[in-house]
Amino acid sequence: MDLTLKIWRQKDRNAAGQLVTYPLKGISPDMSFLEMLDVLNEDLLVRGEEPVAFDHDCREGICGMCSLFINGRAHGPERGTTTCQLHMRHFKDGDTITIEPWRAAAFPVHKDLVVDRSAFDRIQQAGGYVSVNTGGVPDANAIPIPKTIADKAFDAATCIQCGACVAACKNASAMLFVSAKVSQLALLPQGKVERKTRVENMVAQMDVEGFGACSNTGACAAECPVGISLDNIAMMNREYLGAKASSENVA
Amino acid sequence: MILDSKIPEGPLAEKWDKHKFNVKLVNPANKRKYEIIVVGTGLAGASAAATLGELGYNVKAFCFQDSPRRAHSIAAQGGINAAKNYQNDGDSIHRLFYDTIKGGDYRAREANVYRLAQVSVDIIDQCVAQGVPFAREYGGLLANRSFGGAQVSRTFYARGQTGQQLLLGAYSALNRQIAYGKVKMFPRTEMLDLVMVDGKARGIVVRNLITGKIESHSAHAVVLATGGYGNVFFLSTNAMGSNATAAWRAHKKGALFANPCFTQIHPTCIPVSGGYQSKLTLMSESLRNDGRVWVPKTVEIAQRLRKGEITVNDIKEEDRDYYLERKYPAFGNLVPRDVASRNAKLVCDEGRGVGASGLAVYLDFADAIKREGQPAIAAKYGNLFEMYAKITDENPYERPMRIYPAVHYTMGGLWVDYNLMTNIPGLYATGECNFSDHGANRLGASALMQGLADGYFVIPYTIGDYLAQTPYDKVSTDHPAFKEAEQNVISITQRLLSIKGNRTVDDFHKALGQIMWDYCGMARNAEGLQFAKQEIRKLRDEFWQNVKVTGVNEELNQTLEKAHRVADFLELGELMVDDALHRNESCGGHFREEYQTPENEALRDDENFAYVAAWEYTGPGNQAVLHKEDLKFENVKLTQRSYK
Repeated sequence: MDLTLKIWRQKDRNAAGQLVTYPLKGISPDMSFLEMLDVLNEDLLVRGEEPVAFDHDCREGICGMCSLFINGRAHGPERGTTTCQLHMRHFKDGDTITIEPWRAAAFPVHKDLVVDRSAFDRIQQAGGYVSVNTGGVPDANAIPIPKTIADKAFDAATCIQCGACVAACKNASAMLFVSAKVSQLALLPQGKVERKTRVENMVAQMDVEGFGACSNTGACAAECPVGISLDNIAMMNREYLGAKASSENVA
Repeated sequence: MILDSKIPEGPLAEKWDKHKFNVKLVNPANKRKYEIIVVGTGLAGASAAATLGELGYNVKAFCFQDSPRRAHSIAAQGGINAAKNYQNDGDSIHRLFYDTIKGGDYRAREANVYRLAQVSVDIIDQCVAQGVPFAREYGGLLANRSFGGAQVSRTFYARGQTGQQLLLGAYSALNRQIAYGKVKMFPRTEMLDLVMVDGKARGIVVRNLITGKIESHSAHAVVLATGGYGNVFFLSTNAMGSNATAAWRAHKKGALFANPCFTQIHPTCIPVSGGYQSKLTLMSESLRNDGRVWVPKTVEIAQRLRKGEITVNDIKEEDRDYYLERKYPAFGNLVPRDVASRNAKLVCDEGRGVGASGLAVYLDFADAIKREGQPAIAAKYGNLFEMYAKITDENPYERPMRIYPAVHYTMGGLWVDYNLMTNIPGLYATGECNFSDHGANRLGASALMQGLADGYFVIPYTIGDYLAQTPYDKVSTDHPAFKEAEQNVISITQRLLSIKGNRTVDDFHKALGQIMWDYCGMARNAEGLQFAKQEIRKLRDEFWQNVKVTGVNEELNQTLEKAHRVADFLELGELMVDDALHRNESCGGHFREEYQTPENEALRDDENFAYVAAWEYTGPGNQAVLHKEDLKFENVKLTQRSYK
């Protein structure tokens, strides 16, 4: 199939960017979206032009490195799919496809379609863990966990930290991302010890990073490639209120 | 050079405990005087960095991805082995040890493998304490499954994403140390050289992948946890960025590279669909628990199928050859990976392959669906079936999956002793990056086990022994050795940018991959390997004259990043071929066509090849020099692996 691509090009963090149009011919419907971009980049290289920078790594939908705002949607038109798992059969011959980076003040653009998501790491560093050192822990089966609870915690733990929730949100809120980790650890007995400080610290860091507020439109959950549920936000709000009401953050 | 494996004396089961007692300790108050560099943040790197930080060392951790959580351990699907014997089915540390040694076709060290089996039980405890959500039974206890040819259920799993959940556990421990200031994290930073001072590893030179800045970092010890080199083949199940550059540049500084020809071809991957293909996707081995592997009985039927004259569901039961069940009645579809892969190649070479290219076999769930019902199969494998459907646009509930082997894991890697130290003092290698535990073939669910064993439970002890004997003095990054290494990196970079040839980096990489796959893949022979060596040399010469790298160093330049990596793959590929050529036997993933039994099974030569082949770099274009570490087997009897 033949396509017209409109791709965001931006030299670096401080430069102004713009959409540049590239015609692309002979794309197979069995290609993945990123393989289509590989083809474009090889063409550009052969012509001596600079290839389009984009993030990607595992190409199996699990590492969370790929991003891309495709025709106005995070990870493109297919539900529950990361860009790397999106195939060209979902597009038609003659289509024009607009490809932009994640747009959020907390995710500055490094170059072209590559953004800086280190804010997510800093939120995790603020409390996304159980404070245990290596060694000296009880036998794994000494902590029985009801299967229903374990399954719920698992559902929250599947977040791949890609940032689609932020990109999809009109406020660029990171609530879905933060709530996934808060819920996972609040549900599990291992995480209960620190549940109050955790939610307080992670939310505080989220605010510091400049993510927007949540207005409960649910766009995040609708666009999440791994189906993180909006219930997690409700749970985090509950955790947060409870924590603030009887805060253990004495520092 | 004499390779001292430093295996402790004494009975196998007591070696590790004794060694832990005998190693020197660093006083808690003195640990903060030492700096340790950890390169790579997958299971082996993140667990090591976190644990060393907890102990009080100052750690600097590096990864090329934008976050440590993206390292390719994340993509492991199936599970992690541990000798917990929670299922009361006869498992034990000794059995896990035995299975791993045998599965590796007797080309791994007994002492290392035994230690791996010992600490496996601690890993599960650690991960659960971190909040890793392993699969559970209704009673609230942990679930297990049988995996990859094991006859006991010792595999712990987290749906089809065990790797992600384990890595997120290690990542969370790492984050905690970053927050405490004990670990300083450098994402989007790639190691491009090792720095040695007075014969010891004292630092690294890196490139900041955003700004292009070349920087030096000094430390008392360096740990490489940079994964495997499967991307030599271009197409593999590795992530696009997975590379051998850190390990290879350490090799060029003197670290020996062991058993490079031991590569694992995983039997259940989605077949190649076209020349644009950028990577191959694994379908978890767990699928073989319920799926039946088959091809048409005759070439004629296969041909009609490929031409589209008939469809798969037209083929009658009696015209199907369930070749694994036929040849290996005891293990059936669950034979180890090397055996399953080789047999898929055999039937395709006979012309009985399926799919448009004829390079695929069927993995059929019809019987399992009949037996257990579609919902039960969906509950077990739903996410994998979905992934298959997404990629191939075919519904595996209605017609069998098409699968074919693909490069997946590399058992070879930097040579290390029992302490996981390379032959360069102060340079360690952990996880897939070293060669130590899997011999010539890795069993399923053992990679995650090894990565975490090395990082959580081995290196925190063994590195202390070295540091306790190392003065606190720091080496300044102004030291001539750092300046020289920086200059080396700058000159390679400038050379790559100044060639301005006509052929792209990917094009060279694909050409290399094709050579490796054709002549150093699932089956090898002397003639082909000799030819491959010449072809690789030609390709490498052309690379340095004709590669096209656009842009400049001082920017985010993904083409330049790839060029560095492919330049190293072009050297490593030749060493793999050398190693495969010299090993005149078949074992595990290394199958030399000249050495097979009448039934086409691998024919080992224990008398002449029961050793680790550790290669020394001797300069650009020069023949590498072989050093041997003899493998002694005192606790297992070497037998022909039989899965019949």
